[in-house]
Amino acid sequence: MNHLVIAPLLLPLLVGTLLLLSRRTLSLAARRRLNLAAILGQILLAVELLILVGDGTILTYHLGHWPAPWGIVLVADRLAVWMLLVTSLLAFFALLHAMQGTDRCSRHFHPLFQLQLFGLNGAFLTGDLFNLFVFFEILLLASYGLLVHGGGAARVRAGLHFVVINLVGSTLFLFAAGALYGLVGTLNLADLSLKIARLPPEDLGPARVAALLLLAVFALKAALAPLHLWLPSAYASTSAPVAALFAIMTKVGAYSLLRVETLMFGEHAGILTGFYAAWLLPLGLLTLALGALGALAANELRRQVAYLVVVSVGLLLAAFGLGTADGIAAGLYYLVHTTFATAAFFLLADLITRERGWAADRLAPGPALPNAALLGGLFFVTAMLVAGLPPLSGFVGKFLVLRAALDEPVWPWMLGVVLIGSLLGIVALARSGSLLFLHIRGAGSGEPTHPPPAEGLLSASRPTLGLLALCLALLIGSGPVLDLAEATAGQLLDPAGYLQAVLKPIGIQVAPGEVAP
Amino acid sequence: MEALMSLIVGVLTAGGVYLLLRARTFSVVLGLTLLTYGVNLFLFASGRLTIGAPPILAPELSRYTDPLPQALVLTAIVISFAMTAFVIMLALRARAELGNDHVDGRDNAGVASRKKEPEA
Repeated sequence: MNHLVIAPLLLPLLVGTLLLLSRRTLSLAARRRLNLAAILGQILLAVELLILVGDGTILTYHLGHWPAPWGIVLVADRLAVWMLLVTSLLAFFALLHAMQGTDRCSRHFHPLFQLQLFGLNGAFLTGDLFNLFVFFEILLLASYGLLVHGGGAARVRAGLHFVVINLVGSTLFLFAAGALYGLVGTLNLADLSLKIARLPPEDLGPARVAALLLLAVFALKAALAPLHLWLPSAYASTSAPVAALFAIMTKVGAYSLLRVETLMFGEHAGILTGFYAAWLLPLGLLTLALGALGALAANELRRQVAYLVVVSVGLLLAAFGLGTADGIAAGLYYLVHTTFATAAFFLLADLITRERGWAADRLAPGPALPNAALLGGLFFVTAMLVAGLPPLSGFVGKFLVLRAALDEPVWPWMLGVVLIGSLLGIVALARSGSLLFLHIRGAGSGEPTHPPPAEGLLSASRPTLGLLALCLALLIGSGPVLDLAEATAGQLLDPAGYLQAVLKPIGIQVAPGEVAP
Repeated sequence: MEALMSLIVGVLTAGGVYLLLRARTFSVVLGLTLLTYGVNLFLFASGRLTIGAPPILAPELSRYTDPLPQALVLTAIVISFAMTAFVIMLALRARAELGNDHVDGRDNAGVASRKKEPEA
């Protein structure tokens, strides 16, 4: 039992509460610094945990010292810590961008931001199904607040849809959890994994129903087709830092699907082996295709980026759906890349929207951009990243997924859909790039207006540059990152260690050298 | 009792789904409420139905009710209450911002006048 495991939950919860209580007493600058310090703390915690779990140990934390199948348990294995690190790094840059002025629109931005991180960290660390539901609700409740943050008709309309759809999803989640509990009498993921494998044949039908309900819930969170239609308008109408932070929200669904797929329907699951993989692969490819078409048809840059998020979810879940170690490792690498790249794109779209004045982010000829060189350069790099062109990390991720697919019988489908989808993505981005930067119309056409000093824009684009630098670091560090991803995939496909760590009675848990709490 | 319970859950869920598919925010909120009632009863029944037994494990008791679903239902009720309150506030806000209570924010009569806006 390691107390460090619960720290990523306590830190955002306490800081979030503090920010909520101090919103009238502390100045905005002080609250910004507090929020930033808390996120830096979470990055350090995630790095520390990564070092601890790097050798394959699985840390557990039994709340209130109750042994596992009965009490609540937090589990930090490689996958959970991996997600924690990605979340905190993303949150850092999203907050930096928000500090340029978005956070002034309402008093509750900073507390909600921390509570959102609380929900995200909890969802990654929790070891049972019902607490996964609870943390989903926490992160969703915070995200509802963040989504409509700043107000406006478009946000309220998209927010209403988002909230109602997610509430229906939560209800389905409860139905699924209740059905599983009624069948096997446990909600602990490790215990469920053991008991589903030993399910009597007559319970197979209800178990399938519960599993499919669970699949529907996670697919809704991950925006898997045909449940992806809420995403584009929600992401396109919210403020940029929130959209950037939401880049991790679809990955929560993907994470849950991967966790359930490997833990409950893995090799050892008896008749239900591969139950999710059979759905994930075709649905992932369908999502990719629909997302690519949506990106091609979008009229606004932010909506286009939102559709590119859908594309990345499709590729990610298709990779997870392969179910092999290579596929999962490639998916994990791609997950990190796509989270940072799409978040950077949302922030960049915000900068472009601000600079374009009346034309905003509409993909139509507009006024000349004052700092077209800087913004255009950033757009070019980000578009190459997102579309997966060599030599950037998007290409590495996509290449790894395709290479993993080559060993499987589905490779013609996978190769065809992914490559055509990428082509459509490139066409869509080329079109928007030329419309935004080359087709100029309006008052300033003819002779370009005198460009104002670029210093302001340069400092405003620092968070975007930071996220792009993370993608570059991912490219340079591909070797070690991929080693870690492969180790994570290996750990996921062999859940014996996970079961051992969670279900071993609490007394034996304490290692000889470790000081008992 | 099992038949009655499943009938209630089924009717609540069916009514909830029907109302959710309506186009006005009021019926959507009502549908969500019915759906959460349905799921709460379902959760409650997932620990098997027993009458006259306490949800306490004690050596002197021969029979008891599974206490876990009760804890789950309690959490679920609190969360669904909070969420319903939030949806109602959001629906009121949408009514104020968009001018009507259609879930898409556009009235049938107002479609023609609203369609012009994006092109302006």
